[in-house]
Amino acid sequence: MDEALLRSLTPSVLGILVRRGADFAAAEDAVQEALVEAVRVWPTDIPRDPKGWLVTVAWRRFLDAARANAARRRREDRVEEEPAPGPAPAVDDTLQLYFLCAHPSLTPASAVALTLRAVGGLTTRQIARAYLVPEATMAQRISRAKRTVSGVRFDRPGDVATVLRVLYLVFNEGYSGDVDLAAEAIRLTRQLAARIDHPEAAGLLALMLLHHARRAARTASDGSLVPLAEQDRGRWDTALIAEGVGILQAALARDRLGEFQAQAAIAALHADAPTAEETDWVQIVEWYDELARLTDSPIVRLNRAVAVGEADGPRAGLEALAALDASLPRHTAVAAYLHERDGDLATAARLYAEAAHKAPDLAERDHLTRQAARLNARRRR
Amino acid sequence: MAKYLLLKHYRGAPAPVNDVPMDQWTPEEISAHVQYMNDFAARLEKTGEFVDGQALAPEGAWVRYDGEGRPPVTDGPFAETKDLIAGWMVIDVDSYERAVELAGELSAAPGAGGKPIHEWLEVRPFLGAPPTVPECAFHG
Repeated sequence: MDEALLRSLTPSVLGILVRRGADFAAAEDAVQEALVEAVRVWPTDIPRDPKGWLVTVAWRRFLDAARANAARRRREDRVEEEPAPGPAPAVDDTLQLYFLCAHPSLTPASAVALTLRAVGGLTTRQIARAYLVPEATMAQRISRAKRTVSGVRFDRPGDVATVLRVLYLVFNEGYSGDVDLAAEAIRLTRQLAARIDHPEAAGLLALMLLHHARRAARTASDGSLVPLAEQDRGRWDTALIAEGVGILQAALARDRLGEFQAQAAIAALHADAPTAEETDWVQIVEWYDELARLTDSPIVRLNRAVAVGEADGPRAGLEALAALDASLPRHTAVAAYLHERDGDLATAARLYAEAAHKAPDLAERDHLTRQAARLNARRRR
Repeated sequence: MAKYLLLKHYRGAPAPVNDVPMDQWTPEEISAHVQYMNDFAARLEKTGEFVDGQALAPEGAWVRYDGEGRPPVTDGPFAETKDLIAGWMVIDVDSYERAVELAGELSAAPGAGGKPIHEWLEVRPFLGAPPTVPECAFHG
């Protein structure tokens, strides 16, 4: 039973149903039912044409549901007959699904859930587990999302930028539940990048691959965070890095720079350094300058201060930091780090403890607390 | 999406505007209150924002480890405990602003005279998992 194959067929099967005249919400339900049926039947009786099998079963399910729905009696008459094979569709159904599921009328959370179900072929239960919410809540989130986009024309091109943001959100969620969302985001972004000619889609894919490559080295066996400088670079996945760098270089050569390409370029410079000391921080500062031009993100400005601290020394970093709003998230953590590099351990320890108090996640809080404890212990000696 | 805890206190929160103890309400007012809470949770499930809701008994015990081979020590309940948690609701929402908006609605639950209690609720963000793309350059 090849679940990856099954899930990769999901968007094109759904696209065929919609093209045959089924409305998106009903077609999506029917495809989900066909997937469940496939998981049950395929292990003992694998069809020769898996996609054809899915289309047949999903279409039958759709007709059953349409028939059962008395209110839709009229409409059923229209779709009852097997559709005549029309001219080959001029647009890519799978691509249209990406646009629909990331439609600007959806909230980010709804777009994420709908994309994972309709494009990714995940079940509601899997998505609910990944996001640690009850299945009933996730089911409602998805059906609301489907209602929201029910009036959207399926054949209009959408906005690539919103699709990329949704995929980035999925990737960033990581691996909290029983579904590896980072790997799923890579699969979906790969599928997208193969379908459109867009440097930022390539940039996002490169960014994901380069960060995914470091995944094993990012956490210790006890789950604690390992900072970049202390990571065992031998555990970085060189195949993923090589793929990411190749995709990034091809994208950059197009000379249409965007935020994902710039972020990927920074990740690539880290990946390229055999040791932390050999990192090309001067180039990284330049990329942060590019990023600051492309986005208005406070995260970028903070990280630029870190990079300046590495390139030109901690004093320069602290100077860059002083120009920024002290209430920015992680401002205190960055200040602590730069003060430690500057040799002011007392200030650094106090700021690490303060930063731990404000940390947005558990791993980061524990990491910052450990940093404070480490410096305090050193000062006592 | 981010998860928030809406925390309801028996004691310890600032006094609500409509500060009549529940045992002084009419039975109908109690029913209306319970109905409001149930409807609120049901509505949040429909919007895809509900995660969990639980109520706690007012009295509990303090428990601590007492050394190898010994049973844990229990103590209490202590009548003088200043802060008593009554229950919570966990929501999964798009923003902090939305969490505050929902807490405001929950705080409007009717009490004595059918008027909103204006009860103070505590809103606390969950510490989630770290993002896959680290937000600090040195965290990598």
